[in-house]
Amino acid sequence: MPFNLLVLACISYAAMLFLVAFAVERRAERGEARWLRSPLVYTLSLSIYCTAWTFYGAVGYAARSGLEFATIYLGPTLVFIGWWWVLRKLVRIARQQRVTSIADMISGRYGKSNMLGVVVTVLNVIAVTPYIALQLQSVTLSFGVFAAAGSEGWAVPDTEATALWVAGGLTLFTILFGTRNLDANEQHTGVVTAIAVEAVVKLVALLAVGVFVVWLVADGPADMVARIGASALGHWDLVPSRWAGLTFLSAAAVLTLPRMFQVVVVENSDERFLPTASWAFPLYLMAMSLFVVPIAVMGLEVMPEGANPDLFVLTLPLSQGHGGLAMLAFLGGFSSATSMVIVASIALATMVSNHIVVPLWLSLRPTREVTGDVRRLVLMSRRFSIAGVLGLGYLYYSLSGGASALAAIGLVSFAGVAQMLPAMLGGVFWRGATRIGAMAGVLIGFVVWIYTLFLPSFGPGAIFTAEFLATGPFGLGWLRPQALFGIEGLDPLMHALFWSLAFNIVAFVVGSLVSFPTPVERVQGLAFVDVFDPERAEPQAWVRGLADAEALLVLAQRILGDDAALGFFEMQAQAQGKAGYLPDPVPEFLDALERRLAGSVGAAAAHAMIAELAGRARVTVVDLMRVADETAQIMEYSSRLESQREELTRTARQLREANEKLTQLSVQKDAFLSQISHELRTPMTSIRAFSEMLREGDMPPDMAANSARIINEEAIRLTRLLDDLLDLGVLENHTVRLSLRLASLTELLDRAVRAAAQTRPERDFTVIRDLPSEALFIRTDPDRLAQVCINLIANARKYCDAAWAELRITVRQRGGRVILDFIDNGTGIPKDKQSLIFEKFARLTDQTRAGGAGLGLAICREIMVNLGGSISYLPGQGGAAFRVVLPLQMKKTPEDEAA
Amino acid sequence: MRQVSADSFPQKAIHGPHQGRIATVGHHAMLIEDEPNIAEAIRFLLGREGWRVTTLGDGLAAEAEVRAARPDIVILDLMLPGRSGLEILTALRADPVTAALPVMMLTARGQGRDREAAEQAGADLFMAKPFSNAEFVAAARALVGV
Repeated sequence: MPFNLLVLACISYAAMLFLVAFAVERRAERGEARWLRSPLVYTLSLSIYCTAWTFYGAVGYAARSGLEFATIYLGPTLVFIGWWWVLRKLVRIARQQRVTSIADMISGRYGKSNMLGVVVTVLNVIAVTPYIALQLQSVTLSFGVFAAAGSEGWAVPDTEATALWVAGGLTLFTILFGTRNLDANEQHTGVVTAIAVEAVVKLVALLAVGVFVVWLVADGPADMVARIGASALGHWDLVPSRWAGLTFLSAAAVLTLPRMFQVVVVENSDERFLPTASWAFPLYLMAMSLFVVPIAVMGLEVMPEGANPDLFVLTLPLSQGHGGLAMLAFLGGFSSATSMVIVASIALATMVSNHIVVPLWLSLRPTREVTGDVRRLVLMSRRFSIAGVLGLGYLYYSLSGGASALAAIGLVSFAGVAQMLPAMLGGVFWRGATRIGAMAGVLIGFVVWIYTLFLPSFGPGAIFTAEFLATGPFGLGWLRPQALFGIEGLDPLMHALFWSLAFNIVAFVVGSLVSFPTPVERVQGLAFVDVFDPERAEPQAWVRGLADAEALLVLAQRILGDDAALGFFEMQAQAQGKAGYLPDPVPEFLDALERRLAGSVGAAAAHAMIAELAGRARVTVVDLMRVADETAQIMEYSSRLESQREELTRTARQLREANEKLTQLSVQKDAFLSQISHELRTPMTSIRAFSEMLREGDMPPDMAANSARIINEEAIRLTRLLDDLLDLGVLENHTVRLSLRLASLTELLDRAVRAAAQTRPERDFTVIRDLPSEALFIRTDPDRLAQVCINLIANARKYCDAAWAELRITVRQRGGRVILDFIDNGTGIPKDKQSLIFEKFARLTDQTRAGGAGLGLAICREIMVNLGGSISYLPGQGGAAFRVVLPLQMKKTPEDEAA
Repeated sequence: MRQVSADSFPQKAIHGPHQGRIATVGHHAMLIEDEPNIAEAIRFLLGREGWRVTTLGDGLAAEAEVRAARPDIVILDLMLPGRSGLEILTALRADPVTAALPVMMLTARGQGRDREAAEQAGADLFMAKPFSNAEFVAAARALVGV
């Protein structure tokens, strides 16, 4: 197989995956991809458990240790069959708390402690790095196989260089894949779908090789069974401790490996997927392991002595001259490696960015305000983290020399991440678990793991000398890394697993028992442990009234993006019975906002950001009672009273607001009459005065001409006012005749900008538009829509008080609606005036003579109602900002059809 | 936006029924009115009487201008950009130098409440827009005591 063909195959395969992810995300954005979030895709995505280690290494493992390889599948199978017990709880908690990673889950459970998040993140990075190195190694080795098999095409670079290329390629690929969106939300529909595709590819590849081996190399199943019986692999003597240990280890890994946590818990969009996955995933694992033993047996028989059994999947077809099949097998292995690396590095990068970079940035920035686009920062930090994680993987690969057998490295990782298991499960099932306990357990387990397994895994002489391994530090025999306390004869892996977890659990339990949880920890502990308790009231850690809703909106926009933030705030305001985008900063809202932000930057950072705006989170006496008091009846009663009280408060507030609005309206009605009087009498005054002078008939001719001009001007002004009033009347009664037709939005805006230029024509005024986004055809009344646009642009020209006045017009299409935003760079409209500007004669200061009678925005509002859309003021955009929403295709109203 | 302009009507051009009153030359009216066309009309009407008319387009520094110019009469619009006519009137009445100055209040809103407020603030005369030219001139003359 020519090497360049191989490279080409890899690149086209990667491009294909990228297209799949891209297409899926496009469809998901349009809300068309329901089936993509199905139990099937979810189950297939879980297959990243089967990495290149499983794909190639399982055969090698079987060739070395016989049926023991099956334990690696047994653990996950047990976990999934018992999904009701652990997985369901984890998924429910993750959904409720918007958990972004396993570090986030642990830090969130223990009082949103970022220190714990940092420790878990570091642990994960160290434990998973060898695993990533393993994937590099497997891809490098498989390249090497092809290089040895053929000499055509490009020269194959040496293994170091190949590994570097692979690492670089995967980095680029993962960054493109995992951080393509500026939306830093934690669910990646596109990636998950691509992973599902890869799951199919690797299954098909392994099955194809298996079928080939059984039916073409051997003579069918019967012959195969006979051969297995004859080989040494058939006689595997079971060591119960190792069997149990490995099963436990793989069961722990499926819960705690960051990439597994990512697909099983974080990417889970529906709890109901779990029952399907509970039988389908074990089935997938079975299919993956079906032909492992036959391939191993035939490999040992057919291949020359000393051939690497880890590569039998590739070398068997190659040795039989089946280049095409070998290529398929290669792609299968490549799939396994890439899917693991992509998800693992996305998961690790999320942790590094949420628990290390963002908190660091929060504490280092000079001002307390959250400025700049936080999403950019998060995205950049994730990109750099991905590069860093893969860089570490490459470093480990080149340090360890890439020599160890594949499976051994995988198990080192498994044992490392298993150190999070006590803190995680303890946190989910035991209310008494505390931050101190979790920290102590994780740290001690981690240190023991490093000492007894991780460092020795580099081999004697790399970090620990052979002498050190044999006699211990300073000749202290009981501290020998692979025989702690003189316990010898255990397998090093089992030895390390036993001691690290023993220390871990003891420290966790003792630490939790002797320490006292903080209030936030208690509230969070209750939220995690009693997640299924329907009676449980949401814990509220915030105090009402300290935060300013607009400041919170600005913060949320920086993190979630403008649309998502505005949508969220509007929804929350609606839930409170308020119009507009600014809900009251009640504890429920702050809580919901915190969880929403946590979905992007993690619980600890979200908590810290809101704390800066809302003041320290305080746990109320009620919350503490809720935690301490076990008598549910009192609690339920008090919470019912509480909710009644809040209901009353809310109703009172709504009434107060309605009353305020009525009072304002009544004042406005008086003002309206007085305004009409003023607007009519003012031109009348000039007309009367000059016409009386003309009647006297003794004026010089130029004065007479001037008088006539003034009379004419004022008469026109009167007519315009009457026109506006009549227009408004017709629009308000919905008796207006609309002429609907298809119009180009670009042309319409061109026309509006030109027409509005007559307002304060002397003014330097920049209109910023994005022409490609305007290339839309809208079915509406274009003249009426243009009238609205002209009004908004002219208002900006009149009132925008920036030195270099700018108006930005953005156009977006959302579903069947078009959204036009007009945002200038002035000081905007004060909050108390925002609800009044669309009322008649509501000039902001009633003395401003800005040329109009104050009917413009009132007319705009009525036009938009008539066009089936709306116009509203957008707070928190810097300057004055108006949003016009209208249907892309306006349907005729019944009156129009009748007419 | 503030315009201060002294009227420059050539007095020779004035003839007709008002010819006999040229003797009253020298009265100085200060007009505070933001509608340029109305200001022009008033300037013309009083200029024809031989008066000198100074116009302010807004109320921002009205008292200071009035103090400095010492007019014989102030004609004040009720709705002005910057400050309302009532505020200006109150300030004028509070200052001993201008406390006794004749002030004619103009308003286009013409509601009873405005008239009351103007009288309480110390306006000598309240005139609703639109007005008849003859009535306006007569009222202005009466206020300066011609």
